[in-house]
Amino acid sequence: MTATNGSPLLAIRGVKTYYGNIIALKGVDVDVHPGEIVTLIGANGAGKSTLMMTVFGSPQAREGRITYQGQDITRMPPHEIARLRIAQSPEGRRIFPRMTVLENLQMGASLDGLKYFDEDAEKMFVLFPRLKERLNQRGGTLSGGEQQMLAIARALMARPKLLMLDEPSLGLAPLIVKQIFDAIRELNRTQGLTVFLVEQNAYHALKLAHRAYVMVNGVITMTGSGRELLENPEVRAAYLEGGRH
Amino acid sequence: MAESSKAAAAGPDFGKAAKDALLSGIIAFALFGPLVGLRTAQNMNNELVVLNELGKALLITAIVVAGRFLLSAFVFPAIASRGKKSKAILTPEEVAAASARTRNVSRGALLFLLVYPFLMVLIFGVQGSIKWVDNFGIQILIYVMLGWGLNIVIGLAGLLDLGYVAFYAVGAYSYALLAINFDLSFWILLPLSGILAAFWGMILGFPVLRLRGDYLAIVTLAFGEIIRLVLINWKDFSGGSAGISSIPKVTLFGIKFDASPEGFAKMFDLPMSSAYYKIFLYYLILALALLTAYVTLRLRRLPIGRAWEALREDEVACRSLGINTTNTKLTAFAIGAMFAGFAGSFFAARQGFVSPESFVFMESAVIVAIVVLGGMGSMVGVAIAAVVMIGGTELLRELSFLKVVFGNDFNPDQFRMLIFGLAMVATMIVRPRGFVSARQPTAVLFERKAISGDLVKEGHG
Repeated sequence: MTATNGSPLLAIRGVKTYYGNIIALKGVDVDVHPGEIVTLIGANGAGKSTLMMTVFGSPQAREGRITYQGQDITRMPPHEIARLRIAQSPEGRRIFPRMTVLENLQMGASLDGLKYFDEDAEKMFVLFPRLKERLNQRGGTLSGGEQQMLAIARALMARPKLLMLDEPSLGLAPLIVKQIFDAIRELNRTQGLTVFLVEQNAYHALKLAHRAYVMVNGVITMTGSGRELLENPEVRAAYLEGGRH
Repeated sequence: MAESSKAAAAGPDFGKAAKDALLSGIIAFALFGPLVGLRTAQNMNNELVVLNELGKALLITAIVVAGRFLLSAFVFPAIASRGKKSKAILTPEEVAAASARTRNVSRGALLFLLVYPFLMVLIFGVQGSIKWVDNFGIQILIYVMLGWGLNIVIGLAGLLDLGYVAFYAVGAYSYALLAINFDLSFWILLPLSGILAAFWGMILGFPVLRLRGDYLAIVTLAFGEIIRLVLINWKDFSGGSAGISSIPKVTLFGIKFDASPEGFAKMFDLPMSSAYYKIFLYYLILALALLTAYVTLRLRRLPIGRAWEALREDEVACRSLGINTTNTKLTAFAIGAMFAGFAGSFFAARQGFVSPESFVFMESAVIVAIVVLGGMGSMVGVAIAAVVMIGGTELLRELSFLKVVFGNDFNPDQFRMLIFGLAMVATMIVRPRGFVSARQPTAVLFERKAISGDLVKEGHG
C-alpha cells in the first residue's frame, strides 16, 4: 500500500533545525499520509531524532514549515502539539521510573483526564499482556523490553492519530524487537493508526514500513516504498550488509 | 559478608563480636594510652612532669570496646540483611499493608500531637510546660510545615530550591508590616501573606523555568540572599537589620491573651500565665501544618500533583505527553511558597519581632536537610526528620550530664553541632534515601493475577 495521493496528515517542508550555530537538519521534506507506516532510517548522528523532536516543537525549526492536518504547528509549544493527538515515544523510552506501570499509563491518559482510561488500558493489556502482570510494579524495575512496551502503551493512552516512535528497538533482544514491531503492525492494520518510525534497525523497519526515507547528515537522500529500499543496493551496502540485526 | 549474613539468620554472633571488640580495644588503648593517659605539665619548680591519667584512657577504651561490640553484634548484621529484603515487585496486598501501616502511624502521631500540650501541663505544671510546648512543640511544628511545603517543590516536583527561606521571610514581613501599618488582624493577614509569598514564588519561577538541577539551585540560593539583603538595606521599608518589633499577637476570635479584664485568663478565671497563649499557638501551627499535609495529599491524586511527580521523573517525557511544564513548575513554586508564607506570618506573630537574622541561608539549608533526610516526597519521613533535626538540636543543648565524664570545663554547647553532624552522616550511611524512602503509589488496582513461571523467568531484554 503506497497511498501517497491525497493530502498528507503530517507535512514537513524545508525544515532546518540548529543546535546553537550547528545545523542539524539542512532542509528536510517528509510526508506522512493517514493510515501509513513511514520509517526514517539513517546512521548515528544523521538527524533522525532531531527531526522527530522538531516535529514536536522542541527544538523548534528555524526555517521551513510543519503542518499537521493542514494546521501550521511549526511554532507551537510541545504540550499543545500533544493536544492535537500526536503522541511521541521519545528516544531512550523515558518512562517514569519511580511511578508504577499503572501510574505511567495514567500519565499517558492525562489529556482526557482518565475519561477513557479503563477501556484503553484493557486494549493495552491485549496488545502487551506483560504490562498487566507488572501493573503495580515500579517502571524502573521493568526489563528493557517491558519498558519499551510501557513507553509505547503510554503514548497510545493519549488516543493519538499519529504515533511517533524513536528507536523502539534500541538495546532490545531480537525476540522482543519482533514482538514490538508486530504490535505496531497490528495497531496500524486494525485501527488504521498512522505511525512515523525512526529506526537504526533498518531491516525490520523497512519490512514493516509502507514508505521509507533515508537520512544522511541532515538531508533526505532517498525515498521509496519499504520494499524498494530493502532491495536498493546502496541501502543494502550502507545499512543492511554485515548481518541482519 | 557471608558470615555476617549467617549471623543475621541465626541471631547475633557474640563470639565474633567479642573478638572484634577486643581487637578494637587493643588498638584504642595503644592509641589513647600514651596520648590521653600520659599528660605532661609543669610543676611549681618549672620542671616538666608526667601526670598519670590512665583512668581517662581506660574509659575511652571501654567506650570503644562497647561501641564496637554493639556494632558488630547488632548493627552490621542488620545493615547486611536489610539490602536483601528490598523487593521490586509490590503486590496490591503489600501496598495496602504499607499504606495501612502508614495510616496507623499517622493516626497515632496525630492523637499524640493533639494531647501533647495537656500531657506537658500534667507532667511539668502550667509554667513548666511552656518550654516543652514552645521550644519543642511549636518550633518543631513550624519546621514540619516548612518541610512539607518545600517537599512539594523538591520532593514532588523535583526542583531543588535552596532559597525557600525567602518565602518564609516574605510571609513574616507581610504580616509584620501590614499588621503594624494597617492594623489588620492575623486572620486576614494569614491568607494574604500566603498569597503574597505565592506571588513571589511565581516571580522567582519565571526566570528559572529553563534551569534545572545545579543551576536552578544556585539561582534560588541567590534569590534567597537577595530578599535578605533587600530587607537589611531598605531601612525605610523593613527597618533594616534592627528588624521590626512589637508585632501584634494573634487573638482567638478577638479574645486577647493578656492580663486585661477581657483577656483569656480572666475570662475563664484562670491564673495569669503565658502558657495559655503558647498552647493556643501550638494548636494554631498544628492546624496549619495539617492543612499543608492535607492539601499535599489531595494534590498528589489530582492531575497537577501527578504532573509534578512526572516532571521530577522526566521532563522530556512530560512534554511529549501534553503536560505544560511551564505551568507545572510555576504552580509547584507558588504552592510551596504559599505554605512558607503561612508559616512566616505565624512566625512573626509568635515572635512579635522579625529581623533579617532569622532568614539566613542556614535556615534554607536546614529545611532542605529535613526534606532530604526524611526521604524526598514522603510526608511521614519529613515529619520524622523535622522532629529529629529540630528536637535533636534542642535536646543537645542539655548535654550537661557529659560534664561528669569530661570534667567541669567541658562545654556541651560547643559539641552540639559536631554530634549533630555525626548523626546526620550516620543516617545517610544507614538510610541513604532518607528515613522513609519508599514512594506510595497514588493508584493501585486490586486484582489477583497469577504470573506464569515462564514469563517471570525470562531475562532482561
